[in-house]
Amino acid sequence: MSNNGNSKSKLLSLLTGIAGFAFVVVLTFLGLLAITFFIGRVVPIDPVLSVVGDRATQEQYDAARIAMGLDQPLWRQFLTYVTDVARGDFGMSISTNRPVAEDLARVFPATLEMATLGIIIGVVLGVPTGVWAAAKQGTWVDQIIRVFALLGYSVPAFWLGLVGLAVFYAGLGWVAGPGRVDIYYEGLVDPVSGVLLIDVLLIGDTEVFWNALSHLVLPSLILGFFSLAYIARMTRSFMLDQLGQEFITTARVKGVSEWKVIWSHGFKPIRVPLITVIGLSYAALLEGSVMIETVFSWPGIGNYLTHALLNADMNAVLGATLVIGAVFIFINKISDVLYRVLDPRSKS
Amino acid sequence: MTTIDWLLADSPTSRLQANAGRAYRMLRALMRNPLAVIGGIIILTLIFAAAFAPWIAPESPLGQNLEARLLPPSAEHWMGTDELGRDIFSRVVYGARITLVIVALVALISAPLGLIIGAVSGYFGGWTDKVLMGLTDVFLSMPKLILALAFVAALGPGIENAIIAIAITAWPAYARIARAETLTFRNSEFIAATRLLGASHSRIIVQHVLPLCTSSMIIRVTLDMAGIILTAAGLGFLGLGAQPPLPEWGAMISRGRTFILDQWWVATMPGFAIILVSLGFCFLGDGLRDVLDPKQGGKS
Repeated sequence: MSNNGNSKSKLLSLLTGIAGFAFVVVLTFLGLLAITFFIGRVVPIDPVLSVVGDRATQEQYDAARIAMGLDQPLWRQFLTYVTDVARGDFGMSISTNRPVAEDLARVFPATLEMATLGIIIGVVLGVPTGVWAAAKQGTWVDQIIRVFALLGYSVPAFWLGLVGLAVFYAGLGWVAGPGRVDIYYEGLVDPVSGVLLIDVLLIGDTEVFWNALSHLVLPSLILGFFSLAYIARMTRSFMLDQLGQEFITTARVKGVSEWKVIWSHGFKPIRVPLITVIGLSYAALLEGSVMIETVFSWPGIGNYLTHALLNADMNAVLGATLVIGAVFIFINKISDVLYRVLDPRSKS
Repeated sequence: MTTIDWLLADSPTSRLQANAGRAYRMLRALMRNPLAVIGGIIILTLIFAAAFAPWIAPESPLGQNLEARLLPPSAEHWMGTDELGRDIFSRVVYGARITLVIVALVALISAPLGLIIGAVSGYFGGWTDKVLMGLTDVFLSMPKLILALAFVAALGPGIENAIIAIAITAWPAYARIARAETLTFRNSEFIAATRLLGASHSRIIVQHVLPLCTSSMIIRVTLDMAGIILTAAGLGFLGLGAQPPLPEWGAMISRGRTFILDQWWVATMPGFAIILVSLGFCFLGDGLRDVLDPKQGGKS
């Protein structure tokens, strides 16, 4: 009986937890929408002009003004905006003459492909580097890793991309140049998932696969370097916290090998906080890809955004901002939830 | 009694002596940290280069000389020349001014803004706190660079708008820190005592709460400087920040992009300047954190 009541109250607390979480997520998304609305409608001196361009006639201008609903009060404009976005309508892009939502759906997988490979590189290299730095704390190994990681905070991504192209593509010829595949392979593969490496494997064309990979490897490595820097720094500081604990001293006194002390006693407890860090840096990579994509002419969302910026294509800018922001928030919240689910302390 | 004795006195007789002594002790601790010293030297060099640019730079940053186009680095042109024959080293030196102005203005706008919002939020609590922190969290949950790009797109390209856009994306982190700091001493006895003496809320916040938040603020701002420089350079690279012919480092890299395969120095040299200065701020920030905030830094 008491057991039953206990599980009921557990279920209730779980439900209120989920409801509270959903409330926070909805509020954050509304905030995001409010920001993009504010940027699109309130900040520009004349939002109509930023949509129709300065060569429009007075009739075109007035038509656009009414079509945009600018004669309505601000709160109603915001309501219309929210319902439009909820229906997946981001307006038309003036540079591609297509709906922004369609454009975004086409370019997003390319970004996802690059960022995913980048985060894999960052995790595989960053975590061991951070653990190594913590194990060798205070030695020259630690200092070198510290400087290397701080470089990740100080190097402009676009500059590293340019230098990478000059050295590894033009100089050494180890990788392919800008773009996703060589020009004569372009359009050979039907986009199924939009992730080129997967699509190519689906039709089993190994030649295109290797070509696509050699285009992908340099931008992904550069993106990966930035997440490596962040992940290594965080891993180091988490590990130092653990290695200072008394149970580590106890294990060492008992004669446990140093390798085991570090990897099973020290590393195991930090796996959960590391998930949050990895989630955060994955989201940051989606953002970082804006600069990298511009340099590598990578047909992803970052390239789309910068093209739209230069053409003053406000609908496309706001649509891309909204999608990147939404993905950013989504990944952050997911890693938040994962942390709570996986952390044994939160189960009591 | 020497100056050092006066600085290190155990029972300072004036507020000035106490503050000076604390600053001296922190400076000594900083000097023991090699990376912080390197960082400090880099920042001082930046300030020096910005202040004395006309005397350091051998040529004018804007003067064109089409006969000396795209010359490789040599004794005469340390960093080579660009496509209009301008000396890249001179432009990099003058670019220090632009970088310094951007960094200083962003810090001057966003740090006090975040500080006040955070302190007010933490001090009053309740609904004030909920509304202000809700706003802060929305901004914090947005990717900074994208938000800055969108703001510049709406405001129009230019260095002033780039500064405003970066400042708008930078303050929320400071508000969070200031609030967390304020919460730790909001209910402490010296605040209660000041309140009993009849001090107004604004007096308590300005005189007693804000000064206690500054040390963690300085650390955070210094660590953020690298990010601010990179964002500003990124905006310049995309053509949304400082406009040509201003010798802004990011814009210079963008100009050199066309020549990267044959005349590598045009795009590469300003990049080294960005890396050096950002790294300097990172080193200094790391060192400051170790000194001012021992519980967060490494236990070296």
